Amino acid sequence: MVQTARSEATRAALGPTLVRLCKEGLDIVCVDADLGYSTSAVKFGQEFPERFFPVGVAEQNMIGVSAGLSACGKIAFCSSFAVFAPGHCFDQLRMAVGQPRTNVKLVSSHGGVVTGEDGASAEALEDLSLMLSIPTFSVIFPADVVEAEQAIETAARTDGPFYIRTLRPKTPVIYDDSGYRFELGRWDRLGDVPPVGLPACAELVKAALDAAEMLAGEGVEARVLNASSMRPLDRDALLLAARETGGIVTTEDHFVHGGLSSIVAETLAGAHPVPLAYVGMRDRYGTSGTWEELLEYFNLTPEAISDAARGVIARKRRSP
Amino acid sequence: MARAQTASIDELKSIAKRIRRHIVQMTANANSGHPGGSLSSVEIATALYFRVMRHDPKNPFWPDRDRFIVSKGHATPMVYGTLAEAGYFPVEDLMTFRKLGGKLQGHTVMHKPPGVEMSAGALGMGLSFSLGHALAGRLDGLDYHVFCLLSDGDCQEGQTWEAAMASAHHRAENLIAIVDRNHIQNDGFSDYQRFPDGNGARPQRPGGWVLKDGHTVNIMNLEPFEDKWKAFGWSTQHIDGHDFDAIISALETAKAHAGGPSVVICETIKGKGVSFMENNPDFHGKAPSPEQLDQALKELAD
Repeated sequence: MVQTARSEATRAALGPTLVRLCKEGLDIVCVDADLGYSTSAVKFGQEFPERFFPVGVAEQNMIGVSAGLSACGKIAFCSSFAVFAPGHCFDQLRMAVGQPRTNVKLVSSHGGVVTGEDGASAEALEDLSLMLSIPTFSVIFPADVVEAEQAIETAARTDGPFYIRTLRPKTPVIYDDSGYRFELGRWDRLGDVPPVGLPACAELVKAALDAAEMLAGEGVEARVLNASSMRPLDRDALLLAARETGGIVTTEDHFVHGGLSSIVAETLAGAHPVPLAYVGMRDRYGTSGTWEELLEYFNLTPEAISDAARGVIARKRRSP
Repeated sequence: MARAQTASIDELKSIAKRIRRHIVQMTANANSGHPGGSLSSVEIATALYFRVMRHDPKNPFWPDRDRFIVSKGHATPMVYGTLAEAGYFPVEDLMTFRKLGGKLQGHTVMHKPPGVEMSAGALGMGLSFSLGHALAGRLDGLDYHVFCLLSDGDCQEGQTWEAAMASAHHRAENLIAIVDRNHIQNDGFSDYQRFPDGNGARPQRPGGWVLKDGHTVNIMNLEPFEDKWKAFGWSTQHIDGHDFDAIISALETAKAHAGGPSVVICETIKGKGVSFMENNPDFHGKAPSPEQLDQALKELAD
């Protein structure tokens, strides 16, 4: 069952997980562009100084050096904030990683408006869109720190390019002691039964669960899917949800174009069209505030999700 | 085990001529491609593959091999022509260059064919990738050297200087940058150094200017170029990039250098060896016509 007693930042999973995996014998190296303290990568540097390469504030070089290391057999991790990587180095990710499929794993923190007080410049709302546009990248947005650790391990043990998006604030842990195992290409089903499906990303998985609870109070049952594996996505789970519920609401702390909403809409439009609604960021940038305040301010809330669900249900009833 | 690299200077000159003929034939056959910057770097590549580098065409993924990482990914005619001559794949394959179904794309693709170390074509990325190879070699206790070929354009990209800074910072003494300094790029002349006299007065205003024929002059002056590398912590040499003795001697000096990375700035002529291509920006990215090919092959005959 879902636990919410504990909160932890998903970014905290990176360093300790890399330390554990390297101790287990994986040939991991880590390249850092002066944000390893924030992404927790420095914990790997403390343990394995000869495998940790600071390059300064130079994200393009960080990606190129990582690609070169991986071409010599290393499992090359690098990390930054999502506004800087992929933001500063999209072409390097395309040319040095995506096209030749080098074994580079970019784990970027500070995704979404929940980055908070730092304001619009620091809040990445396009990174998933950029990374989903490079077809050879696996793209993962873990729902909590437990899943983040498992996703990082999956990336380390799976050959090829990975992008993993982590978050700055301490968000609810939903998989504590649950025995959950992350699988590439599988969306975990949290709530249950029709008539509305709610695929959601990361901290908003909790919001979707709360929305489902609100809807249950009105006699509406909802199925929540944790859409952490964005590429490959779980086509079977999505189509099953569309068939069994007949209406889908997506929820994401990212622009609705290019992220979860887009991959859900393009999948369903071709295979099983149902009424859709999207909860996410629309055509404007973030601002400063606490992360909880910003979720309210930008309507990334259980109320917004349940409203969208009611709208989808009404459209479903009207359709022939 | 790697083949001994023992070609004499006369043999190197003869190989270089064959590679030049490949370059003009490949681009003419494809009716596209980049002959100018390929011809300018032929002596550099020939010296590396037939004299300086430890490598084995039968074992292109040999972990101990010296690496030749070409950042100027448009210079594929030079890369493929050299790899074919060195025995990495049959010379006949060169005629599939830029053709659908062929193995040889217009810009380099990593490991296609094996021997091509890096995907390139967007300038500025090679030195970072080379530094990654250099750091991995040090971590693994391997004694290979990494030779990274840069163009003028590469050195206008900021990433090259990010990598230059990091290479000196990490004291990557197994990393050697080679600059094919031909002073000509896509739009025209990088500076005034290869700009022919008699083309009119230079304007007093700063920055580049566009000629009546559409070429730009003084696109982005890299000087003082050697001083820039020195300031970034590199050991520098500045040589004639078409003189085999000078190239071999400089590369051996760079290999022996300890404590940090080395750069060999090679002054070269874009289009070298074909009279109408030399110092002509038109042939940066244009193939010779059938008549021009005949003329070029005459000039490049043994």
